[in-house]
Amino acid sequence: MNKGSIPVTVIEPERYELRESPFYHFEIDRRDFIKLMGGGVAVFLLLPKALAQESGRRGFGFNEPLPQNIGAWLHIGEDGAVTVYTGKAEMGQNIRTSLTQAVAEELHVKVGAIQLVMGDTQLTPFDMGTFGSRTTPTMNKQLRRVAAVARNVLVELAAKRWNVSSADLVAVNGVVRERNGSRTVDYAELAQGQTLARAVVENEPLTPASEWTVAGTSVPKVNGRAFMTGEHLFPSDIRRPGMMFGKIVRPASYGATLTSLDDRKARAMPGVTVVREGDFVGVVAPSEFEAARAAAAIRAEWKSIPQPSNAELFDYLKSHAEQGRADYEAGSMKEGLASAAHRLSATYTIAYIQHAPLEPRAAVAEWQNDKLTVWTGSQRPFGVQEELEQAFHLTKDNCRVIVPDTGGAYGGKHTGECAIEAARLARAVGRPVKLVWTREEEFTWAYFRPAGVIEINSGVGADGLLTAWEFHNYNSGAAAIRTPYDVPNQLIQFHPVNSPLRQGSYRALAATANHFARESHMDDLAHLASMDPLDFRLKNLKSERLKFAFTAAATAFGWKTRKPPKGHGFGIGGGFEKGGYVATCAEVAVDPSNGNVHVLRVTTAFDCGAVVNPDGLRNQIVGANIMGLGGALFEAIEFSNGRITNGTFAQYRVPRFSDVPEIQPVLIDRKDQPSAGAGETPICGLAPAIGNAIFNATGKRIRSMPLVPHGLKA
Amino acid sequence: MARITGIHVNGKHHAIDADAEASLLSVLRDQIGLTGTKFGCGEGQCRACTVLAEGKPIHSCLTSVGEAADKQITTIEGLAKDGKLHPVQQAFLDAEAFQCGYCTSGMIMTAVALLDRNPDPDEKTIRQFMQGNICRCGTYPRIIDAIRRAAAAMKKS
Repeated sequence: MNKGSIPVTVIEPERYELRESPFYHFEIDRRDFIKLMGGGVAVFLLLPKALAQESGRRGFGFNEPLPQNIGAWLHIGEDGAVTVYTGKAEMGQNIRTSLTQAVAEELHVKVGAIQLVMGDTQLTPFDMGTFGSRTTPTMNKQLRRVAAVARNVLVELAAKRWNVSSADLVAVNGVVRERNGSRTVDYAELAQGQTLARAVVENEPLTPASEWTVAGTSVPKVNGRAFMTGEHLFPSDIRRPGMMFGKIVRPASYGATLTSLDDRKARAMPGVTVVREGDFVGVVAPSEFEAARAAAAIRAEWKSIPQPSNAELFDYLKSHAEQGRADYEAGSMKEGLASAAHRLSATYTIAYIQHAPLEPRAAVAEWQNDKLTVWTGSQRPFGVQEELEQAFHLTKDNCRVIVPDTGGAYGGKHTGECAIEAARLARAVGRPVKLVWTREEEFTWAYFRPAGVIEINSGVGADGLLTAWEFHNYNSGAAAIRTPYDVPNQLIQFHPVNSPLRQGSYRALAATANHFARESHMDDLAHLASMDPLDFRLKNLKSERLKFAFTAAATAFGWKTRKPPKGHGFGIGGGFEKGGYVATCAEVAVDPSNGNVHVLRVTTAFDCGAVVNPDGLRNQIVGANIMGLGGALFEAIEFSNGRITNGTFAQYRVPRFSDVPEIQPVLIDRKDQPSAGAGETPICGLAPAIGNAIFNATGKRIRSMPLVPHGLKA
Repeated sequence: MARITGIHVNGKHHAIDADAEASLLSVLRDQIGLTGTKFGCGEGQCRACTVLAEGKPIHSCLTSVGEAADKQITTIEGLAKDGKLHPVQQAFLDAEAFQCGYCTSGMIMTAVALLDRNPDPDEKTIRQFMQGNICRCGTYPRIIDAIRRAAAAMKKS
C-alpha cells in the first residue's frame, strides 16, 4: 500500500517461494557468440524445459542456431582459457569460489585457471536470481555436469587425434594423456581450430563427493587479494567517462504526493540539472557534493496520508489478515488437544528489520542512443533488467545489467529501484550518472524483512509425545512453517497481510520467525512435560539427520556435561530449512542489576549434505549467527506516520565487535547426500536458543523478536 | 566558496579541484579514483571510510577535503609496497577475514592504526579499538584473529 512513491515495484518472488523458472530465449545469436568467444570448445547446460525440443541434438557446431533455455555454459578458448558463464551473483556468500571449485573438480584443471563471468545479462544466460540457497543445489551441480562433459569432449578430441580409444586416455591437470603411453596434449592445443559445441542434458556422470579432490576442500576465495588492496570494483565503485552524480529528493513520508516544488535555487547552481517526472524529483550535478547541495536546496511540499505505526503494528497485522490457506492439515486438532496431558497457547511477535548491507544500493547508468547499460548491486540481474525494460520500454537487446561482486545483500537486493532512478537521471542529462543511496535512504526506501504475529496452540501427552500442533503465521511468511516434529494432529496456516511497510526477502526469510516461535514453544512444552529440552526434541523427532544435528550441537556445547553458573542459562533450538539441518545451543548471562543480556557462547551444528568448502562454510555459519544476533536481541524498525524514526546506524543497532560471543561451528559432512545451500539456514536456531537460554537463566519467557531491545525488564 | 586544489595521498601530491566542504571520501573516490575507501553510512558510525591522516584513523566521510588538505593521507591503496601486501592485509587474506569484502578496507586501515599504537593488543583491546567498524557479514571473530596474526608477523619482521 505504501508503494506509491516508488517508481516501479515488483512482486517479491521469494516471499511466496516461487520455484518455477520462466521459459526464456537465450539472447546471443551464433555470430555474436563466435565474435565473443572465438573458436574452441563450448558446453551448454540445457534446462529441463528445453530438453523436449533439443532431444536428439546433443552435439552441434557454432554455425548452427544455439539452443534455447540455457542455464549456464563453459568455454575453453583456443589459448586454453576456461571461462564459465553463470547468471548468479556474488555478494559475499562465496559462490564465485565454490562454483569455481565445482568446475575445477570435473574439468581437471587448477582453480586458478578458471574465470567465472557472473551476473551480466548480455554475457550470461538467464538466471532467476541468487536467493533461496539455490546456488549450491542447482548451479553447482549444473556446472559440474557441464565441466564433466567438457572434459569428455577434450578426451574425445585427443582420441581422434591419436586414433585411439577414449578409454585409453585420462585427463589430468589441464592435459590429456595416454594411460599406458607417453603422449600428452594440453587443453589449449585440443581446442585450437575447433568450433565445437555440446549440449548437456541431465544424468551426465559426476564424481561422487567421496572422491572429490578440489570440491570439498577449503579453497581460499578466488579473487581474495583484490579485496585486500581496494582494487576490487564494487557496484558503487564503477566510474564512466563523463559521469555525473545523482541525488533523489524523497517524499516526506510513504505514499505522500508532491503538491508543490520550488527548485529555483538548485537550478541556479552551476552544472546542476533538476529532473522532475511526476512525483519523481532528482538532481544531477558534476560531483556528489554538488548533487547533495542541490537536492537540499529544493523546497518540496508533500501531502501525506494516514499510516499505522509500530506501536499498533501487531494488532494491525491481525486485523488486516486475509483468510489463511491451510498449508498443512492432519488428523483432528480437537482430538489431539483432548488427548493431551498439557496444553499451551501462546502468541509470538516479530518486528520488521532491515538488511542494512554495508554497501547501500548503488547504480551507474549509461545510455548510448537508445541502449541502456546499468552497473548495479543485485541478487536478480535479470529481474532488474526486466524492471528497466518495463520502465523505459526497452527490448532485451537494448538493456544490459552488469552486477559486479556486491557489498552484501542478505535477501535485501532483489529489486531495481536504484537502477531505474539512475537510468532516469542519466537519460535526462544525456550523460552517465552514478546514484548511491544514503544510509537513511537505505533504511527507509529499501524493503524490510516482514514483521509478523505467530499463534501456536499445542498439546503434549503424559508420555512426552506431542498430540496437537496448530500454527498460524500472520504476514511474516511460510518458509519453514511446517514443524519437523512428529505430530499426529496438525493445522498449519499462513495468513497474508497487506503489510504497512514494503517488505521482501531476508536471509532465511520467515524461517527465522517460524523457528523462533516453534522452538520457543517446544521449550515451554518440555518444561510442562518435565523433560530436558534436548530429550524432549529427540523424543518427538523422526528425522535422523535433524536428531543428529541436535545431538552434535549439544555434545560440542556440553549441554549435558556442563551446568550454567548462577545468572547464566543454556538454550537450544533448531530445525530444517532449504535442504539443511541446523541445531544451535547458546549460553547467556543476565545481569540482574541492569537486565543486560550477554550471549557468551554459541555452538551451531549444520548438515547441508556434502560440504563443498569447509572454511567457507564455517565463515557462513559464524556470519549467520552474528547477523542473527541483531534480529534476535535488538534490531527493530520503528515507524510512525509513514516515516522510519530510527533509520541511521546511530539509532538502529546492528551487531558490533563487543556483541560477539564465542562461536563454534560444527560441520556435519554428509558425503552421501547432495550439497545444499548454506548461506541462510544456519541463522535459524540462534534466536530461539537465546530466548530459551534467557528462560533457563531467569524463568522469564520472552515471546517477541527482538528479545531484549532495551535489556531484560524486571 | 573556497576551492582546494591539491591533497597528499599515499606519498603523492594530487591536483584536484573541489569545494573545501566536500568530503575527503568523495574526492578520493571521484576525483583521484581511489575507490578502495568505501561509503557505508555518512554518519561516522560504520568506519567503512576509514583512512589515515598523519597515521591517525579518521572518518573520510565526515572530514572535509579542506581539513585534510595539509595532511598526509594514507588509503588502502597505499599499504602494499612493490606488490607486497602489508602484514595486516596479508593476515586478513590468510585468515579469510571477510565475506563480501566491503568493510575490509576500513577494517584494515583501523587495524593498521591500532598496531601502530599497540603492537601486541589483547583481544579486549582489539574489540574496543575496532568497535566502531561494522561488518554486516559477521566476520568479526576472523578479524580479531587476523589482527593477532598480523601483530605476530610484524613482531617477527
